Amino acid sequence: MYKIDPTRTDLVEEFYKNPSGPHSLELARVVNLLRLLPMEERIIIVCTKPHAEWTLAKMPKARGDRMEYYDDLVFDDYDAAVRKVFQIRWQAATGVDPG
Amino acid sequence: MKKIMGYSSAWSVMPGDSLDVMVSTYGPDRYRASLVRVICGNDDPDFDVYREEEVAASFAGEYPGREQITISGSYVTIPSSPLVTGMGSFTIQAWVFPTTPEKGAQGLISNWDAASASGFALMIDDNGAAAMRLGDGRGATVEASTGKPLAKRRWHLVSAAYDAAAGTVCISQDFIGPQFEASTSASATLAVGFTPAMGSTQPLLMAGMPATHPAGRPAASHVFNGKLDRPRLVGRALSLADSAALGWDAAPHERETSVIAAWDFAREIGSTTIADASPNGLHGRAVNLPSRAVKGFNWSGREQNWRAAPQEYGAIHFHDDDLYDAEWDPDFTYEIPKDLRSGVYAVRLVAEDDEWYVTFYVRPSRGTTTAKVAFLASTATYMAYSNIQWTWHEHFGEVAECYWTTMQPGEVFLQEHPEYGLSTYDNHSDGSGVRYASRLRPVHQVGPKTAPVWNINNDSHILGWFEAKGIAYDVITDEDLHREGVALLEPYSAVVTGAHPEYYTTPMWDGLKTYLARGGRMAYLGGNGFIWRCAMSEAMPGVVELRRAEDGIRYRDEEPGEYYMEFNGEYGGLWRRLGTSPQALCGVGTVAVGFDVSGYYVRKEGSFDDRAAFIFEGIGDDEVIGDFGFFAGGASGTEIDAVDFALGTPPHTLVLASSEGHSAKTMIVPDEIGLNHSAMGGDQNPKVRADMTFFETPGGGAVFSVGSIAWPGSLPHNGYDNNVSRICENVLRRFVDDTPFTMPAA
Ligand SMILES: [Fe+2]
Repeated sequence: MYKIDPTRTDLVEEFYKNPSGPHSLELARVVNLLRLLPMEERIIIVCTKPHAEWTLAKMPKARGDRMEYYDDLVFDDYDAAVRKVFQIRWQAATGVDPG
Repeated sequence: MKKIMGYSSAWSVMPGDSLDVMVSTYGPDRYRASLVRVICGNDDPDFDVYREEEVAASFAGEYPGREQITISGSYVTIPSSPLVTGMGSFTIQAWVFPTTPEKGAQGLISNWDAASASGFALMIDDNGAAAMRLGDGRGATVEASTGKPLAKRRWHLVSAAYDAAAGTVCISQDFIGPQFEASTSASATLAVGFTPAMGSTQPLLMAGMPATHPAGRPAASHVFNGKLDRPRLVGRALSLADSAALGWDAAPHERETSVIAAWDFAREIGSTTIADASPNGLHGRAVNLPSRAVKGFNWSGREQNWRAAPQEYGAIHFHDDDLYDAEWDPDFTYEIPKDLRSGVYAVRLVAEDDEWYVTFYVRPSRGTTTAKVAFLASTATYMAYSNIQWTWHEHFGEVAECYWTTMQPGEVFLQEHPEYGLSTYDNHSDGSGVRYASRLRPVHQVGPKTAPVWNINNDSHILGWFEAKGIAYDVITDEDLHREGVALLEPYSAVVTGAHPEYYTTPMWDGLKTYLARGGRMAYLGGNGFIWRCAMSEAMPGVVELRRAEDGIRYRDEEPGEYYMEFNGEYGGLWRRLGTSPQALCGVGTVAVGFDVSGYYVRKEGSFDDRAAFIFEGIGDDEVIGDFGFFAGGASGTEIDAVDFALGTPPHTLVLASSEGHSAKTMIVPDEIGLNHSAMGGDQNPKVRADMTFFETPGGGAVFSVGSIAWPGSLPHNGYDNNVSRICENVLRRFVDDTPFTMPAA
């Protein structure tokens, strides 16, 4: 299976520059891998004010579970929230914080 | 985060109708209600096209708010009968196929009255084992359990016999699962120690236990996940051997005179009626849309169609998250005024800093039209999608949608409140596919300001465009077309579809086809249209049924042997698998899906044909069409359709333009391929494209199709002044001119 090479900071930079894509083939593979992390390891985005404010949360374990928010992470820019999700998931997948 | 939600008694109304509006607040004790006409529901601030218009309404004002409780879970209820409450010795049994035996106590057949400890409860206990509870009427209870968990998704005959003479209760479970699996058969006998109080005033429930809703009406608790088949009640204590014989007997009342009831779920499939085949007629009804026309314990596999072997489809599958009608109390009723123009409307509800729109569709008064163009709102599709939660339940959700899970406030509410039910894209909590979706509950994604922009919100780009261009239109809906057929469409010169008319019942399909054959015109301004056959039922209005047979972009599997729909016995699945493909109706059919990048159209030879000259007036020969728009910057995207002459595209169809610029992640759909291969994506596969088409019909009608869900999202670009808009306007101006179109020579 494909593994992320944590030294490929160029891919991190490419993502941060253009989070919504389209991405290079290599980055597209990275993005797919980060989108396939086990459900329980996923950090997701939650919109708290439509079109205006977002925060991050842990993917709820079961239906009916209350959301567990990262209250300290509040974004007024959707792309900034996406970058943060990418950063956290990259670290979860590689053990290295891409910064 | 949600502080207010609501729904209405109908989606399609006409002047003179009464519309009940049900509201619940979550916290606030007051809310305001007003009426708006929805002109464009996409409120993305970067796009700047949102438009609503406040309309004076009799109900407008402030109201007290309170929370209205919703309880999900399907069950059967049989009215209380002296035949049951007067029993001495008795045997109760059913074939049981538990899908979540580990979930905790679940009622199987029970009229248990918890307050008085009377009646009985045949149930699954906290250990997942079959159990029987009796009470003395004063608070003391006994519970006999087999002590052995039932096997998940395997059939067992579960029986309980109370022997008054011996003062014992015997509970048993007989496993009839696959021969290579360990048996979970077990039984136990217990001395009761008192004379059971049978005089419960509760109804007899199956798949739940009697309970009371906070609003005071009867309800069910401890709802069961799984299937029940052949529930029977006998007025004497049967031995285990006699009980087993009874379970296998298709008509035990023919032999056993003490049978009190022998319910046969294979009767009255397609309705809420539950029939007792015994002479006692202890009939009842099913609540909250459990799944009927499902394989029974005796299903042999020789027939796939429940109508051909009803005796093998005598089961009902119950789910704890089934929901038909939330049954909230109405807050107010809106009498649709005689002079309210046809359109898309919403009751805007505001509580503190939160709001909710209850969207509905006003058609002209019966027998009248107020425009030459009818906008056909895809309400069957809106229903099928309502309360969709697939993207955050499914491991592959993010790679399918090409996004990072982003939950909107309404979706957070659904996550925290599973009792609001699911969509036909989802799986139930027990993993089985959802087949029914109802509009008689608050539904997310079906109204203005909802995200992601889809369904009515995307369709309203077309409404906004009508208004910008001064094109008069009436609004009609799928439910109207289903009921009234071609007669609904016939008075109109042209019908304009929404962006995604995905789900069609047979009467809808026939009505549209007949309209076009008789000279009607259709502008299909979307993609992935006319794909799935669904069903609606007069017996259960406000619901679509789907069986996702065979293949297609299914999101969930369909259960083998259950491809025939309950509502009407029709085979479900893709229209193209039924031998009637969308290509034959509108020229194009779905070829690819992808959400990361949208493409644009380039003109093809067909666009230079004289027959198509009117469509391209004002468009340059080499002009790129739709390289802009709301959906990833292009008019061809998300879900796209192309011609296929082998599948029925009429031979004289003109391919006017085709799309380019699709990404690797826009991939061929399962319907189109026999196998996965290494060139599935739009960066390499030439089949990944939308075709814009036009053809005439012999009756003087015509069909224009764009084959892309993203298309309407390009209409508002540059103040509705762009080539996507121009092409649509060229088409519509000609379509409302009643001069017949002429078929080209064959
Ligand atoms: Fe769809």
